[in-house]
Amino acid sequence: MSQAVLPVQVGAMAGRSVVRLIRQPAMVVPSFVFPLFLLAVNAGGLDSATEIPGFPTDSYITFALGFTFIQAAIFSTMNAGQGLAQDIENGFFSRLALTPMRPSALLAGQLVGLVLLGQFQTLTYLAVGLAAGAHISAGIGGVLVLAVLVSIISVGFGGIGLVMAIRTGSGEAVQGMFPLMFVLLFFSSMALPRDLIAQDWYRTLATINPVSYLIEAIRSLMITGWDAEALALGFGVAIALAIGSISAAAFSLKGRMLR
Amino acid sequence: MNDFHPGSRYLSAAFGVTWRYLHNLYTRPAQFIPSLLFPLFFLAAFAGGLSVVADSPDFGYYDYTAFQFSFVLIQASALAGVFAGFSIASDFELGMGRRMMLATPNRSAIVLGYAIGAASRLGVTWVLVTGVSLLAGMDVGGGGLDLAGMYSLALLGNIAALLFSAGIALRFRSLQAGPLMQMPIFILLFLAPVYVPQALLTGWIEPVASVNPVTAILNASRSLLAGEPTGVLAAYAIAFGLIAALTVWAITGLRRAEVAG
Repeated sequence: MSQAVLPVQVGAMAGRSVVRLIRQPAMVVPSFVFPLFLLAVNAGGLDSATEIPGFPTDSYITFALGFTFIQAAIFSTMNAGQGLAQDIENGFFSRLALTPMRPSALLAGQLVGLVLLGQFQTLTYLAVGLAAGAHISAGIGGVLVLAVLVSIISVGFGGIGLVMAIRTGSGEAVQGMFPLMFVLLFFSSMALPRDLIAQDWYRTLATINPVSYLIEAIRSLMITGWDAEALALGFGVAIALAIGSISAAAFSLKGRMLR
Repeated sequence: MNDFHPGSRYLSAAFGVTWRYLHNLYTRPAQFIPSLLFPLFFLAAFAGGLSVVADSPDFGYYDYTAFQFSFVLIQASALAGVFAGFSIASDFELGMGRRMMLATPNRSAIVLGYAIGAASRLGVTWVLVTGVSLLAGMDVGGGGLDLAGMYSLALLGNIAALLFSAGIALRFRSLQAGPLMQMPIFILLFLAPVYVPQALLTGWIEPVASVNPVTAILNASRSLLAGEPTGVLAAYAIAFGLIAALTVWAITGLRRAEVAG
């Protein structure tokens, strides 16, 4: 097996992953609509929070938009895991294991589809957010940085979905992770800046929750412009998450291939 | 058997369905525990994370935990109705629904049985949500009658959600219709004044919330908890109106299930 074959295999798996996403709107549509719905509800319901002294912006939709990207990325966990679990359940994975397909191509292929979906979501959410009155202080450069960060975050959360799918081989088990992901999302600085969270226990949870730093990095591009600390923390967490989850997925895949 | 009064046979069938539903629920922790944890999670996330919102100018409600408690109480009650709808769908998908219909002369007893079951499970949910809220420092402004009114409104919300979900479940007779039961209720709940009083809503959500029936029920529930009842009669009228309309929806769903065999 020459190294040159790897990109071909990745391309084939990625193409399949994208086509499958397109052909299953029931899987993709909720990951688009639900974050937008929560954005709309939060922006309308919490707009008065901008009058709290110390709130960093007078536009709640600008503040809340960052959370939308992370929520969509977390949905991607389900999409990636669900797709692979389906392959395992219907025997496609076992047939694939008999071919010269490299395990890394299988993982990369699944994730490329997710990154493309993530980019499409980024554009959609930005368009909706800007149309609704949000602004991006970091300008066009900020949009590019946002696209890169969202891609890494999608890979990171997608990797978690792949680990679950490979370990359990069950779409139901992957879906069962959704409440846990939701908890991660809600016990973060999603609705208010951490320094304005009044309850100590909640602020502590939000501070140790890595999702807070992902949201705050994106939010800094919207509100502050270029905040080196927020971006470094956000990229650091995203890269660590991506490396950790993909390594765990590769390790788990090796075990399943041996079975 | 034939000596039974038709009324007692009807109730016997309904209670049989209720017993089976509650037995299945409480012997399957994987089914029961998430439905208890979900409202607590929302209570913690909203009352804990957003309490500073009560400092917004013109917020006007006496306690933010109490403000969120009313929402979580109605949400948990409605979702208990939806979860009972899941059970109806599952029973029909697995063939149990057909057997129940064969054994029940008046099939509306089946829907009544699930409705009693959905209402019965509320006790545990209410005790848990109320207990956690009190431990978290919630102040209760209302007296016994006010609180009875507040819990009664939550019960009516539970019945309405159950009837809605039953209508879907009996039409589709498959758990795949789960999102169709859950999402409309979830959306309706979140289109009410969840985070701040109705007067502080801005933008598109303000007119939407003003025509959302959940808003009237939620506002009345909050006023009862505060001990300053406002709009309670209107809330009850809306709740009973919803139940009347959704009873028709559930019964026509039952007729569809009967026709499908």
